[in-house]
Amino acid sequence: MTFLVFLEHHAGGLEKGGLGVLAKAASLGDSAGVVIGPAAREVATQAGAFGASRVYALESEAPPLPQPRVDAFATLVEKTGADTVLFAASVLASDVAAGLAARLDAGLNWDLTDLEIRDGELVGKRPALGDTVMVDVGWKGSPRLGLVRAGAFDPVEASGSVEVESFESPIAEFSTLATLIGHTVEASTGPSIEDADIIVAGGRGLGSPDAFSLLEELAAALGGAVAATRAVVDAGWYPYSTQVGQTGKTVSPKLYIACGISGAIQHKVGMQGAGTIIAINKDPNAPIFDFCDIGVMGDLHQIVPKLTELVRSTRG
Amino acid sequence: MKIAVCVKHVPDATVHKRIDPGTKRLVRSGESALNPTDLNAVEEALRIKEAQGGEVVLVSLGPVKAIDSLRKALAMGADRAVVVSDEAAAGSDLLGTSRALAAALEREAADLVLFGQASSDGDGAVLWAAVADRLRRPVISQVASLTFEGGEVHGKRQTEHGYDVISAPLPAVVAVSDAINEPRYPSLKGIMGAKTKPQETLSLADLGVPPSEAGEAAAKTTVLELGAPSSRGDQIRIEDDGSAAQKILDLVLERRLL
Amino acid sequence: MARPIDFAPAFGSIDAVGAPTDARDERIEVGVAIVGAGPGGLACAIRLGQLLEEHPDVKERLGEVPIAVLEKGKQPGSHLLSGAVVNPRPLRQLFKGRLTMADIPTYGDVPGEAVYLMSRRSAVRIPPPPTMRNHGNVIVSISVLGRFLAEQAEASGAVVLSETAAVKLLVEHGRVVGVRTGDRGRGREGEQLSTFEPGSDVVAGLTVLAEGTQGYLTGAAMEGFGLQGENPQIWALGVKEVWRVPDPLRRIVHTMGWPLRKSASYGEFGGSFIYPLGDELVTVGFVAGLEAKDVEFSVHDVLQEFKTHRLIWKILRGGERVAWGAKTITEGGFYSFPRRFNAPGLLLVGEGAGLVNVPRLKGVHYAIESGRLAAEAAFRSLQRGEVPSRVGALDAYDESLRQSPMWNELYEVRNMRQAFDRGFFVGGALASMMTVTKGRMPNGRFLTHPNSAAPLMKTGRASRYPKPDGTYIFDKLSSVFASGNRTRDDQPNHLKVTTRVRRPVAEAWEWMCPAHVYEVGRDLGNGMVSVEITPSNCVQCGAITAKGGRLTPPEGGSGPEYTLT
Repeated sequence: MTFLVFLEHHAGGLEKGGLGVLAKAASLGDSAGVVIGPAAREVATQAGAFGASRVYALESEAPPLPQPRVDAFATLVEKTGADTVLFAASVLASDVAAGLAARLDAGLNWDLTDLEIRDGELVGKRPALGDTVMVDVGWKGSPRLGLVRAGAFDPVEASGSVEVESFESPIAEFSTLATLIGHTVEASTGPSIEDADIIVAGGRGLGSPDAFSLLEELAAALGGAVAATRAVVDAGWYPYSTQVGQTGKTVSPKLYIACGISGAIQHKVGMQGAGTIIAINKDPNAPIFDFCDIGVMGDLHQIVPKLTELVRSTRG
Repeated sequence: MKIAVCVKHVPDATVHKRIDPGTKRLVRSGESALNPTDLNAVEEALRIKEAQGGEVVLVSLGPVKAIDSLRKALAMGADRAVVVSDEAAAGSDLLGTSRALAAALEREAADLVLFGQASSDGDGAVLWAAVADRLRRPVISQVASLTFEGGEVHGKRQTEHGYDVISAPLPAVVAVSDAINEPRYPSLKGIMGAKTKPQETLSLADLGVPPSEAGEAAAKTTVLELGAPSSRGDQIRIEDDGSAAQKILDLVLERRLL
Repeated sequence: MARPIDFAPAFGSIDAVGAPTDARDERIEVGVAIVGAGPGGLACAIRLGQLLEEHPDVKERLGEVPIAVLEKGKQPGSHLLSGAVVNPRPLRQLFKGRLTMADIPTYGDVPGEAVYLMSRRSAVRIPPPPTMRNHGNVIVSISVLGRFLAEQAEASGAVVLSETAAVKLLVEHGRVVGVRTGDRGRGREGEQLSTFEPGSDVVAGLTVLAEGTQGYLTGAAMEGFGLQGENPQIWALGVKEVWRVPDPLRRIVHTMGWPLRKSASYGEFGGSFIYPLGDELVTVGFVAGLEAKDVEFSVHDVLQEFKTHRLIWKILRGGERVAWGAKTITEGGFYSFPRRFNAPGLLLVGEGAGLVNVPRLKGVHYAIESGRLAAEAAFRSLQRGEVPSRVGALDAYDESLRQSPMWNELYEVRNMRQAFDRGFFVGGALASMMTVTKGRMPNGRFLTHPNSAAPLMKTGRASRYPKPDGTYIFDKLSSVFASGNRTRDDQPNHLKVTTRVRRPVAEAWEWMCPAHVYEVGRDLGNGMVSVEITPSNCVQCGAITAKGGRLTPPEGGSGPEYTLT
């Protein structure tokens, strides 16, 4: 099995997601990274520190748009004869993967959380139905395309020499019709709850809207976002845009700290996909204790500020 | 301007969803509705039509029942609906679906093709890019706001690194995020008028798509097995005796969550 | 002793009745407006469609949209909930010459039946009382039937408008001229959101109210036109679940007794039903009158308690709950009927008009029958060139109701429900006497008392309720979720309730509501507390209306999305 792994880069550095997928691919077969964009060659060499033995680089000033990359990958697949192309899901990568699937008439499985080789075949695993079932998926024909869920695999540091091979590709005319004419970075006070890797959420157990300031401090220390349950949003304690749940937003951060939240199903369905769920609650019968990973029985008004302090001193 | 909105009929999210253990496909019986984020695409199309004039056509691939779920979009103000409905298309993967949709869209020759960003049944996260490749037209996804200048569309595209403003000449394919607008409620007049709006059903043959290129047989991905979700592993219980905060931090660091 | 009726909010027909307010060219004109896509409203639409098809000249007079059915749920069936074992006669009659029973989605004939008198540890089989014999009847899911009837109504030429709540009865010069639909896109304080869509005046020559158990506009119409019956209306609350089971159930089951308490002082009257829905599904439900006096009386929890009995465990074990729902049932019977079922420009159909036979647990076929009769009366008056709004033009409808078998059936049992105010045993004895004498004895009119006038007591009943485990015994919030309820959070509160009440009243509401909408709030001193309300949980069962508040229709499309109930 020969893998090509898209290594996305931004501001001169390789993105974690692609490096994680590279590590996984390297464990399964002969793998090479692919870097496309400005300073591609230079960026490609960074992959050596993460276990890549070979990286294909296409140096180009093209903006971060998908369609020229579809052309590049199509060329590269033909050139290398790779049978599998993997992408770490991102806004850009998802579009590239889908475009490439259409271009090569190749099967694409997305939202993969794991990959393995079974009886000589590549098998992917992905959650379905709101993360309530796991499905094993496969491919027919070649090449196989896979979009891996963000954060599913961690990069592995492994020093070694990396061979960077430049390549060129013709670009279809329609691929350059879309152009970048502007860019803004939104000054934000932290990530929105949909993007955040860490969320600190509050429910009725907070007792009063003032207690949200405790959560805000913890979230700031962790570099995360603050979310709320329907009950407290209804009561006007926190804005609707932060509501997580059946009638609010669905989030799947790496870490979800639920403070004073009972865990009724209307809330659960909005956050059950989180990687690790920590619940802090005074009520031992709260349903959240049935499905969290770490259940803390105690007073959040004591525990949260202490945790904030500890996090700050650890990071600081 | 002629705007084609690709909409998907999905089983209503509230109906008890399950995967049929025999076919390994989502059981699609029970009430059905339009995919929620498609409504954002329909709303955007209607706003453009209201500003510039033109026609809004709904294009969908699905069972004949799909026409029922398109009624809401017709009630909102779309002008007509085209449903590609063919037994042979059942079980299509991204390739078959994008092929059939692209053929229908080519037939419509719209200036702008809109998609909603996400699908509530998790089945079509990336359809627009595949369709755009087949149509050989530019694609802009994750669009949180859309404007027009000359014969070009400008989309404010939201990425992990902020917003890019992308320009593309028409005809173009655009996928809008749910941040772009709040879909309107259909008026009573709209609901009553929806039934009389033209609704066309096409087969794969009408589109020149051979059955061998759609449906389950043509799919290049397979579902092998269903399983229980990987269990969360053992739960750790902590009773606070003053040290809970430290224990939490230790666990968070241990699991490399920071 | 605290009573909910002492805290009833100020609410009268004035809120729900008025003249059209839209400019004339903005109004939506239809021939006949039917409120409610339940069996009654849809039977009316279907029959009327059939008649108009045969008489195009009459149809022409009704304009571009001869028949419109307004339904507040997401689609027909979303708000329909019942057992149900149905007498098929009115269905056959409705579709005579067009469809047979085989074409209509049912779960087949009643295969056999059993009635049990329950105690905590036993279930004694007793011969089915004459009122409970169901031979020849069919088992249906009323939600499924509703969807089917809606399709038939549309095929018959009616327009079914879903997600459309009727919030005001339009009355001009003493005549009903249509209904006004509800606004959509208002925020919690009533402010207009960016998606605001105002309601419309739907004007019609004839309005048929088929709203079901809570009859929002029906209540307003009865008050506005002085149609109230002799006895006040009373209600029971039914809570049911649908289960996928490994072994088919091959008979219908009704039970009485446990977990309800027999003494009259508790005011606990009701029983359960367990019906197979085909081979794979079983529905189990519990129904209890809302005059129950214990503040901790909760039909949802009584249903959970009921499931712990061995008899039920044997049926449900190894299965999986796939649906849950709750709805009230009118129980007043004959003496609670409106004085007339018509007013100028108006017809009252089905359960909203009190057409339910409580001892037989039957109402669906009456709804269908009354819907059919309403259509025929309406048609005949149109055919005669009548204007339906002329006083007396629709009296033929009342006449046809009186002539139909259902009238007599309801007359025979006119006092039976009220007898159970005396408790299980005295009530049972009285009921037997009524059965044997076909209602002639005891004579006279037994009174009903408003459910909300029952004084409240506390007896620790909640300690009997089993603890939820998420797989067999369920809490209310996860049940609301299972009903498909996804009501938009930030809309105005549609529940008219006094929010400063005596503590026992707040507790009674907290326990009574199957969707956990009401909670005891802060202590306000002097034995008073505030009431916290979560309107988005509401499954529109209507229990609060019986117990001192008022359910009004929220934004169209809100509420549960029943499919199997």
